[in-house]
Amino acid sequence: MTSSKPYLILFATVLAVFSGAVGLAEALQIKFVPLWTDILVYVLVIAIAWFGIQARQKEHLRAPWRHVLQRPLAMSALVVLMCYVVIGLLDSVHFREALQQEEGQTELHYSGEVVSVFDKLVTPLRMQQEKTYSAPFAAHLYAKETIETPEGQVRDYPRLTYGGRHLKNPEEDFWPNIVMGTALSLVFSLVFWLAVCSLINWRVAKHYSKPFGAMMGEIATGKTRVPFRSMLLTFWVICFLAAFVIMFADKYHILGTDKVGNDVLYFSLKSIRTGLVIGTLTTLIMLPFAVMLGIMAGHFRGWVDDVIQYLYTTLNSIPGVLLIAAAILSLQVYMANNPEMFETVTERADLRLLFLCMILGITSWTGLCRLLRGETFKVSQLDYIEAAHAFGTGHFKTMMRHILPNVMHIVLIAVVLDFSGLVLAEAVLSYVGVGVDPITISWGNMINSARLEMARDPVVWWSLIAAFVFMFTLVLAANLFSDAVRDAFDPRITRAK
Amino acid sequence: MFAYIVRRVLYAIPILIGVNIITFALFFVVNKPDDMARMHLGMKHVQQEDVEKWKRAHGYDKPLFYNSEPEEGGVFTDTIFYNKSVRLFAFDFGNADDGRNITHDITQRMWPSLAIAIPVFIVGLFVNITFALIIAFFRATYVDYMGVVICVVLMSISTLFYIIGGQYLISKLLHLVPISGYSVDLETASKFLILPVIIGVIGGIGSGTRWYRTIFLEEINKDYVRTARSKGLAERVVLFRHVLKNALVPILTGVVAVIPLLFMGSLILESFFGIPGLGSYTIDAIQSQDFAIVRAMVFLGSVLYIIGLILTDISYTIVDPRIRLGAAVA
Repeated sequence: MTSSKPYLILFATVLAVFSGAVGLAEALQIKFVPLWTDILVYVLVIAIAWFGIQARQKEHLRAPWRHVLQRPLAMSALVVLMCYVVIGLLDSVHFREALQQEEGQTELHYSGEVVSVFDKLVTPLRMQQEKTYSAPFAAHLYAKETIETPEGQVRDYPRLTYGGRHLKNPEEDFWPNIVMGTALSLVFSLVFWLAVCSLINWRVAKHYSKPFGAMMGEIATGKTRVPFRSMLLTFWVICFLAAFVIMFADKYHILGTDKVGNDVLYFSLKSIRTGLVIGTLTTLIMLPFAVMLGIMAGHFRGWVDDVIQYLYTTLNSIPGVLLIAAAILSLQVYMANNPEMFETVTERADLRLLFLCMILGITSWTGLCRLLRGETFKVSQLDYIEAAHAFGTGHFKTMMRHILPNVMHIVLIAVVLDFSGLVLAEAVLSYVGVGVDPITISWGNMINSARLEMARDPVVWWSLIAAFVFMFTLVLAANLFSDAVRDAFDPRITRAK
Repeated sequence: MFAYIVRRVLYAIPILIGVNIITFALFFVVNKPDDMARMHLGMKHVQQEDVEKWKRAHGYDKPLFYNSEPEEGGVFTDTIFYNKSVRLFAFDFGNADDGRNITHDITQRMWPSLAIAIPVFIVGLFVNITFALIIAFFRATYVDYMGVVICVVLMSISTLFYIIGGQYLISKLLHLVPISGYSVDLETASKFLILPVIIGVIGGIGSGTRWYRTIFLEEINKDYVRTARSKGLAERVVLFRHVLKNALVPILTGVVAVIPLLFMGSLILESFFGIPGLGSYTIDAIQSQDFAIVRAMVFLGSVLYIIGLILTDISYTIVDPRIRLGAAVA
């Protein structure tokens, strides 16, 4: 069954969101700054929604996704991924706020600082800057300073400006305060979680037309086909962490502060967007080339095949890091010579991020292209392609209508498998100095600036560990999920079982 | 056989020309030598004569492709393209920005790179195959499931974490080996090398084991294995005598392609452990924006990659006599 209704809903939603945003900008006196990566990210979201609608309507696409939906580990990973994605999307709407209007001024002036919706939501994290390092949950600075007291000058650890400032006596008040806050966040998260649980339970019960209580029993014992129990438990962990952060974020630096006093938690959260952009946009940019060239090589053969093979062997033979380094160095020189192209620093950093995605795409499309070429060879020997030829179907139509859908599973597998590798690559490239712009907040830049801190005494471990843990969680979740997708879509593996 | 190798080598030439054109375009066409000179001399307040001087000192003061006023009769040879790009084919890499001869540096720095890359490669191969065999032996049991999950977890950890964590734990807390450094003397060098080698191996376990596991599992589902089992052979014998031997074909050919690239060294390991190999050479060049070295390393990397491709094809025929080289090309 196919119907055009979902597509219309999608179109209407996009239109509504867009016009709503324009109206909002007018009302709140802000000016949207659509960065290139923002636009592409939202194009990607629409594309995924479109593919989702297609997958729902066609049984041969639904079947493998059903396999994915039944894997507890993969679905838990998906919940975690969704959490990252939500933060990343909120962080992908950038705008500049209007400055305070002076008397008699008619024209609005906008602040030079570009902020995102996410920045606005976590304003305390962003604004509460200390002088230098401080440990997680610390009330005092990391280094000793000379402090003026009524009795004269003392050399001691000064209190932080923001972290633990509500405590009169940090040594005594600290633990009761933490225990109390943790207990409260436990309660709040449980309440919220139970509400979400019963909502989902009600929806699922309606879908299977079962009584509410019986459905609840099935979910609790893990008997449902879609592993709701694992998903909800994962969701509860996330709820608790979120409640914990909300409870303490404006009173403490939960993950400490870095060298210039920035909140490490804020930096770790902001890095999510960079990681996601590199992991997804790189694939998005290279996909059209890889798919088109791969299918063309396999379909036309002969000299077209030779040329395309030559192209990817050449690109493949250049060591990836060096090609990226060469391209980024050239870009640096170019940007340094053309500073007038960019209105704000953020826009410059964003263009470099986009360029990094492109160049990473150039180094990574060859593998997919080769796979597609081989698969197209196989597919185009089949009878229905011959039939299409016999009916006089054009080359383009044959490739789009008959070959592409039959090699699509390879594309999907490649896309999900590439993601985690790209997120990890960003860290290494930033270490080498050819990654994202130094002002872009990313895990690679965090690790890079924190790596000498391990040599300090006492050790400054928090920013390094924070970057690693956030990166690890994302990559692990992506790996677990992509494994399930591959198992479901790779016909070879299904046969082996 | 000989004719085939000659043909493959000839086929490599257009690829190398392509690589050369790409690097040339990136370094000289996108950015003019003037831009590069300004970048090196500091962006602002640079006099044009300083730029000219820098260009002359580094040989960038010539036209790109065609010299209309040749000094000694070289219309095409007295150009940047000839001097900086064509000469690479003779492995004449010219001088780095600090005036040192790049070819000489590369031959010097090759050995420390190999001192790390070869042990990592051999030990890693052995460890990965062993683990993969164990997992394949217990396939479709809890051991298999846990093994795969552990592999995925290991894969999800950044290499940087292994290195920084390893250095902190082994060198700083336990004082077992020095944090970084290198020595020409092999006995002292081994003390410096052991930690990077271990970290290099551990960093590769996750993906390596998983990859070999799929190779083994693919092999296990083939008909000859069923025959061996139906003869009444023990599972252990089937796995080690039959499956391992046949699985070595895809493993070996995959491995051969990588061997030449060992010369390039490992970028991050070398730079973290202060080993004066080609990897740290490359990183230093990138960070000091020494384009001559980057160009040389790009060329060297492509040559080694192509050698790897040719070796792979040859190794196919050696381990599997059914494959004929003539047919492989068509």
